[in-house]
Amino acid sequence: MSDDSLWSIFLNASLINNFVLAYFLGICPFLGVSGKLETATRMGGAVCFVMLVSSVSAYGIHQFLLAINAPYLQLISYIVVIASTVQLVEMFIKKMSPTLFRALGIFLPLITTNCAILGLALFQTNKGYNLLQSVVYALGAGVGFTLALILMAGIREKLELATVPEIVQGTAITLMIAGILSLSFMGFAGLGA
Amino acid sequence: MTGSDSAGSTGRTPTTDEFIKGLWRENPVFVQVLGMCPVLAVSNSAINALAMGLATTFVIVLSNTLVSTLRNFIPKQVRIATFILIIATFVTVVDYLIQAISLDIHRALGAFISLIVVNCLILGRAEAFASRNGVGRSILDGLGMGVGFTFALLCLGGVREILGNGTLFGAAVFPSGFQPWIVMILPSGGFFTLALWLLLFNRLRARQAHRQATLAEAAP
Repeated sequence: MSDDSLWSIFLNASLINNFVLAYFLGICPFLGVSGKLETATRMGGAVCFVMLVSSVSAYGIHQFLLAINAPYLQLISYIVVIASTVQLVEMFIKKMSPTLFRALGIFLPLITTNCAILGLALFQTNKGYNLLQSVVYALGAGVGFTLALILMAGIREKLELATVPEIVQGTAITLMIAGILSLSFMGFAGLGA
Repeated sequence: MTGSDSAGSTGRTPTTDEFIKGLWRENPVFVQVLGMCPVLAVSNSAINALAMGLATTFVIVLSNTLVSTLRNFIPKQVRIATFILIIATFVTVVDYLIQAISLDIHRALGAFISLIVVNCLILGRAEAFASRNGVGRSILDGLGMGVGFTFALLCLGGVREILGNGTLFGAAVFPSGFQPWIVMILPSGGFFTLALWLLLFNRLRARQAHRQATLAEAAP
C-alpha cells in the first residue's frame, strides 16, 4: 500500500488530487485570502511550513499511539499538535519579521482551522506512509495548495477590472471560477498512474 | 423556557427564534458561507449528505451544550483551545458511532467525519453563541444551525445525485434513456451547484429588499 515512489506521491498530492480542487480541503482560506496575489503567496508559504511540521509530528504521534494501543486519541492529539505548531509559527514570525506578521494578520491563527492540514495528517496515516513519504506528501500538498491559491488570486485580480453583474458578485463568482479551475485540473488525472 | 438563565447579551428575542434563524435567515451555508469543505466534498449523493448533516448536528448540539455549561469556568485566554478539544472529543464519539451503525457510510464519508473538527461552523457557534448564552438557548441554536446545515447539504446532494446519476436516495428518477451528467459528480460539479444555489439565494434576498423598499416608499 505504501510502496509508491516519492515522485508519484508528490505529483499526486500537488496536481492530480489537488487538496483544494479535488478534495475540497482548505476552502475557507481559498475563498477568503485569494483576493490579492501577494497575501495569497505568503499564506501559501505559511501553510506549507505548518503542513511540513505537523506532518512530521503526526507521524511520530501515530507511532506512539500505536505503541500504547490508543487509536481513539488520534484526532484529539493531532488537533492539539496543529494548534501548537500554529502558535509556534506565530511567535516565531512575530519575533523574526514583524512586517510579515502584520501582513498575515488574522489569517495566521486561522491556519489551525484549515482542514487541509488536519486532512493531510489523517490521509498520510490512512495510507500508511513512512516518514520520508509523509514529508514528500506534505510538501506536495503544500505546493498544490499554494498553486491553487495563486491561480485563484491572479484570476480575481484581473476580474476586478471586468464588469460583473451585481447579483453574481462575491462568493458566487469565486465558486464558479473554482469549478472551472477544478475541471481543468481533471486534465492532470492521467499523469501519475 | 430558558429566558431566565441566559447570561445577558441576547435576552430579548423569543426562544423559538434561536431555532428558526438557523434554518433560513442565518442559514450557515447559503447565508453565512461557513463550513464549506464538507458541504462540497460529501454532497455527491443525497444519502452521504444526510449522514454528514446528521453527524454535524449531533456534534454541534453536544458541543454547544458542554461549552455553554462550562462557560463560566473556561479562562478567556485558552477558550479556543478548550472549545476545539471539546469538539474533537464529540467528533471521535460520532466517528465510532457511525462505524458501529453502518460501515458503508463510514467508508463513503472517509476522513471527512474526522474533519468535522475543523468545520468553522461549529467553532463559530461555540465562540459566538454558546459561550455567551444559557444551556437551553445554546441547544436550540445548535439544533437550528444543524438542521439548516443538513437542509443545505441535502439541497446540494439532491441536485448533484439527480443530475449526475439519475437517482435520488438510490431510487431512479429519470426514465432509462437519461444520460447522466458526469460533471455533477466530479469535484467541479460541487462548485457549480453551490454557486447556483448561492445565486438563487442572492436573488431571493435582493427581491425581498426591493419589495421592502417599495413598501416603505408607498407608505406616507
